This record gives sequence, structure tokens and C-alpha cells, in this order.
Amino acid sequence: MAKNALQEVKKKEVEVMEGAERSRSVKAYVPRVDIYETDDAVHVIADMPGVDEKSVDITLEKNVLSIYGEVNPDKPENYSLAYAEYEMGDYERKFTLSDEIDREKIEASVKDGVLRLVLPKAGPAKTRRIPVKGA
Amino acid sequence: MVWRSYEFGSPWREIERLQREMNRLFADVASDFTPRIAPGYPAMNIWTNDEGGVITAELPGLSPEDIDISVVGETLTLSGERKADKVGDDVRYHRQERGYGKFSRTIQLPFQVDADKVEAVFDKGVLHIALPRAEADKPRKIAVKTA
Repeated sequence: MAKNALQEVKKKEVEVMEGAERSRSVKAYVPRVDIYETDDAVHVIADMPGVDEKSVDITLEKNVLSIYGEVNPDKPENYSLAYAEYEMGDYERKFTLSDEIDREKIEASVKDGVLRLVLPKAGPAKTRRIPVKGA
Repeated sequence: MVWRSYEFGSPWREIERLQREMNRLFADVASDFTPRIAPGYPAMNIWTNDEGGVITAELPGLSPEDIDISVVGETLTLSGERKADKVGDDVRYHRQERGYGKFSRTIQLPFQVDADKVEAVFDKGVLHIALPRAEADKPRKIAVKTA
């Protein structure tokens, strides 16, 4: 199978920073992401099952992009958990972006538990290729 | 000195006892981690009661049309395909952690399922399958009479 083939999903828990614990007693996991760049935007796609447009929080402070998704663990009523392979919890992840993002035009959408972010590059600072000349 | 094992009790016996103890200890711990089902994609949680069970699975990015569920007796097969995003040729990937491809997973449930009453709901990337237990398979209370 290829590198990106489906693999057993073992969610990675967010590491607790020194001296800072989470206030909510729910665990937080690191969502799997794809990040790709085109000539005019950076796209971030994150798998966050259980999250919808109301429970996701995206902030961009300076050049740190934070994604936070709150999940209400849905436990079927009157059932007991007989076998578990995954745990439910919030999602949290941060990325440092380059400065060239046009903050006003960031777009985000959530569908079927997948968050899609489009971060357009600011006009004048679009990638400039520097040609390397042979001597 | 003559070693008389019957008097002392063999030191091996003690080691054997210790070994048994250790095995038991590890078996206890291991049972928490050893799944009865070979793990695969997607990860599933199984909830049960006397009336049946509920299976939940996280399938972000799929739509209901991509998921195929079939139930026969006490086995359930979940299959589908997670499609890769269509992107242009001129993209540069920084990270690619999300997988895609076809999957199929069969699991055996601890009860017979009433296949006609199985219901599946897909919401926010999470699949819920309600599996009612077949009427004939439900536990029956047996009254104890006095002679």
C-alpha cells in the first residue's frame, strides 16, 4: 500500500505543556492534517470527526494558526461500552505560518468532520522565485 | 551436603510459582490491550446491552454514499472508500498525514442481528450503526419452581 493508504487510526493525544493543564476534563487529540500550497493560497485540511461548524474555533494570532474543535462525546443511552478502539475528545493543533497570509480573506468550512481552511496569500508578497544564474 | 529436595521443597517450585504469578499478572494487563478483533480501518467502538448493540466509527471526509454496510447473522461488514482530494498539479505539499483508499472490515458480534431493523446514521464524520438483537437470540428468564 502507498504511503498515504488508510492505516489503523490511533489518535495521538496532545502533549501537556509544562505547567499548563487543560481545564476541560476531556482529552484532546492532534488531528491529522494535509497542508498544501498553491501559487495564491495555503490550504489546510484537518480530519476532526465529531466536529461541526459551530464547535470549531480557529484563531490566527501573529503568525500562529490555532485550530480547536470541541467534541461532545456521544454515548448511546442505556448501552455499555463493550469494546473500544478509539476514544473521543477534542482536537487541538497549532501551526506557524509565514507572514504572507491575507488575514481578512481566510475561509473555513466544515463538512463530514473535515475542516478545510483556505489562507490566501497577500497580494504583493506572492511567491517570488529567485532564479539562480550559472556563473 | 546432600540436597534433599523433598525436605526443603524444590527451589524450582518457588520459581514456577513466581512464573505463574507473573503470567497471570501480564495476562490481566494484556487483556486490556489485546483486541478480540484484528484492528484495522476504521477504528470502531462497540456498545451493547440486552436489546442489541451500537457500533460507532469515525470516518471523516466520507459521505453516506461512500459507505457500504452488510449484516448476515452475527457478522457485520463495513466497507467503503475514502477518496483523495482533487488538487491541481502545481501544488506543493507541506504535510500529508491523511490517508485515503479502499477499506473493508468484518467483525463478529456477540449476538445474532435482526438484519431488517439495522439502522445507520452518518453525522459529522461519525457513523452510528444500531444493531437490534434478533428476537430468537434474546436472553430468556427461566423461573425456578419449587418441587
